[in-house]
Amino acid sequence: MTSTLTPVRKRSALTKGQLPKAAPYIVLALALVVGAAILALVGFNAFGWGLVSAVLFAAGLVGWSAAVEGARKAKDKLATCLVVGAFLVALLPLISVIWTVLVKGLPGLLDPGFLNTSMNGVTGAFDNKSAEEGAPVVGGIYHALLGTVQITLLATVISVPVGLLTSIYLVEYGEGKALARAITFFVDVMTGIPSIVAGLFAAAFFFAVVGPGTKTGAVAAVALSVLMIPVVVRSSEEMLKIVPNELREAAYALGVRKWRTILRVVIPTAISGIASGVTLAIARVIGETAPILVTAGFATSINNNVFGGWMASLPTFIYTQILNPTSPSNPGPSDQRAWGAALVLIILVMLLNLAARLVARIFAPKAGR
Amino acid sequence: MTSTSLTKSQGAGRAGDKVFSGATLAAGCLILAVLFGVALFLVIQSLPAFTAPAEDIQGGEGFLAYIWPIVVGTLIAAVIALVIATPVAIGVALFISHYAPRGLASGLGYVVDLLAAIPSVVYGAWGAAFLAKEIAPAYDWLAKNMGWLPIFQGPASATGKTILTAGIVLAVMVLPIITSLSREIFLQTPKLHEEAALALGATRWEMIRMAVLPFGRPGIVSAVMLGLGRALGETMAVALVLSSGALTASLIQSGNQTIAAEIALNFPEASGLKVSTLIAAGLVLFVITLGVNMIARWIITRHKEFSGAN
Repeated sequence: MTSTLTPVRKRSALTKGQLPKAAPYIVLALALVVGAAILALVGFNAFGWGLVSAVLFAAGLVGWSAAVEGARKAKDKLATCLVVGAFLVALLPLISVIWTVLVKGLPGLLDPGFLNTSMNGVTGAFDNKSAEEGAPVVGGIYHALLGTVQITLLATVISVPVGLLTSIYLVEYGEGKALARAITFFVDVMTGIPSIVAGLFAAAFFFAVVGPGTKTGAVAAVALSVLMIPVVVRSSEEMLKIVPNELREAAYALGVRKWRTILRVVIPTAISGIASGVTLAIARVIGETAPILVTAGFATSINNNVFGGWMASLPTFIYTQILNPTSPSNPGPSDQRAWGAALVLIILVMLLNLAARLVARIFAPKAGR
Repeated sequence: MTSTSLTKSQGAGRAGDKVFSGATLAAGCLILAVLFGVALFLVIQSLPAFTAPAEDIQGGEGFLAYIWPIVVGTLIAAVIALVIATPVAIGVALFISHYAPRGLASGLGYVVDLLAAIPSVVYGAWGAAFLAKEIAPAYDWLAKNMGWLPIFQGPASATGKTILTAGIVLAVMVLPIITSLSREIFLQTPKLHEEAALALGATRWEMIRMAVLPFGRPGIVSAVMLGLGRALGETMAVALVLSSGALTASLIQSGNQTIAAEIALNFPEASGLKVSTLIAAGLVLFVITLGVNMIARWIITRHKEFSGAN
C-alpha cells in the first residue's frame, strides 16, 4: 500500500518498511528465470514452468515482504497470491476444454457433408476404409441436429407457458400464501433434480401410461421440461418482481382489470428479461445428455416424428460415437465425428448465450415512452 | 352506455380475471404435481426391484448389496469434487468481488459462467481424451511415493481413467455454481463493515477475514451444498471418464461406480427387472440429492434476511 503523499525521489520515513512499487515485477522476473533453470534440469515443459514459477513467485514475494514489512503484510500478500492463483487455476480447464474441442473438432466440422448427412447406412467398413486407406470420413450429424432441435423446441413449448404462468401466480396472486411459499420452495428443490432422474421420471411415466419400452422424442422433451420449468420460473419471477408497482397501480386506477393489466402492462415491461431467461434455459437443456439417453434411445437415421420412434440428438451422438465407435477396430473416424459434433454443440450453446444478451437489449422497454 | 351493457362487460372482465388467475394457479399446482409425480412414478416402477427375490437382482445378493457400492462410489466422487472445487471457487469469488479491478469484474464473472455453459458430455469427452492421459504419470508418481496411503495404493491405472480423474472433472463442473453463489454473497457484504475494518488499519486480507467471510459463511455453506447436489447427480463426466468396477479404496486404480453413470451405461439396453433395478437406483439418487438440496435451501432461507442469497 503506497501512501498518497506527493511522490518523493528519496525514500521518506513514511514509506520506510515497505516494498518498492516494482517489487512484484522484480520477483516475477526472478521466478520465471529460476523456474526455467529448474525445469531445464528435469526436462522442460510449459505447464511445469508456469507452476514452478508461480510457487517461486509466491514464496519470494511473501518471504521478502515478511523480512521488510512484517508478518501482517506478508500474510496479506500470501492471500492475494492464493486468490489470484485460484482464478488462474479456474481458467485452465476452460482454456483446455475449448482448445481441445477446437483442435479435435475442426477436422470433423470441415468435412464436406458433415452437417447435412446422417449416419444412415454408415457401417464400420466405411470407417475401416477411411482409417486404413485414407478415404474421406463419411456420415454426419444431420439426424442428431434435427433431433436436438425438435426435442428442444417441444420442451420449450411445454415449459414456457407453465413456467411463465407459475411465475405470474407467484408474483401477482400468491403473495404471502402458503401455496406460493410451497411452490417457491419446491421449484428451488426441482432445480437440484439430477438430470438423469428427470429422464428416469419421464421414462417411468411413459412406461406406466403408454407401455413398457416407450422411447420417443416426446418422452425426452418431457424429461427436459422437468429440468427447464424451474429455470424459467426462477428467471421470470425475478423479472416480474422488478416491474414497478406504480405501473400496476396506474392501470388499476384507470379501471383496467387485473388480468389485462398483467397481460398488457406487466409482461410487456418485463418481456426482455423473460425472453433472455428462456433463451438461457434453452441453452441449459440443449446440452443435456443423460435424460435423452434414457428416454429417446439412439438412432442413426433421420426421424421427423417426435411422437414415434427412437431419435438421435447431438449430445447422445457424441456419447455413443465415443463409447461405441461405429468401427470398434478403428475408432478414429468416430472420434472425429464426435468431436465435430461437440464443437457444433458448444457453438450452439455459446450462440444461445449471446442471443440471450442481445434479446435482453432488443426487447428492453424504451426509455421515455 | 346502458347499465345492462355495463354489467355485461363487467361480467366478461370478471370471467377473464377468473380464467386467468385460475390458469396461473393451475400451472403452479402442476409443478407441485410434477415433483410429486417424479417421486410417485419412480416408486411405482421400482417396486419390482424391492420385492424381487435376491438372486434375481444383478449380483445375486439383493438390491441392498447392489446399491451399496455405487452409493459409496457416488459419495466418493462428490467428495473429491468438493474438496477440490470449494477452495478454488471461494478464491475465484473473492478475486471477482474484492481483488479484480472494478471494470474487469463483471467480464471475469462472465468468463466463469462460460464454464457452466459447456455441456456435460463435452466435459466427459475432454476428461476421457485429454485429462486422463495427461494425469496418468502423476498417478504413477503418487503410487510410488505415497502408496502407503490406502487411497493412493498402486498399481496406478495406466489409462488414468480413475475415480480421481472423474472427481476432478466433476470439480470443474461444480466450480461455476459455487463461485457464482459465493460471489453474490460476498458482494452483499455491508460496505460499512469493510470500510470500518480498513479504517482500523486492517490489511485487505484481514478485512476479508473479519468482515466478508463471517458475513458470507451461511451462503458459502449452502453454495457448497448445492454444488454437492450437482456433483452427486452428474452423469456424463463419470460415465465417459471412469473405467468402472468393484468398490475399491484406491482412488488411482480403475474401479468404483456412481449411481448416475451406472444408470446411463445400462439403461439403454436394459429390460424387465433390470429396468426396475435401475429406476430404483435413480430413486435412491433422487432421495439423496433431494435431502442435500432441501438442507441447502433451508440454510439459505434461514439466513435470507442478512445474507441476500437466493
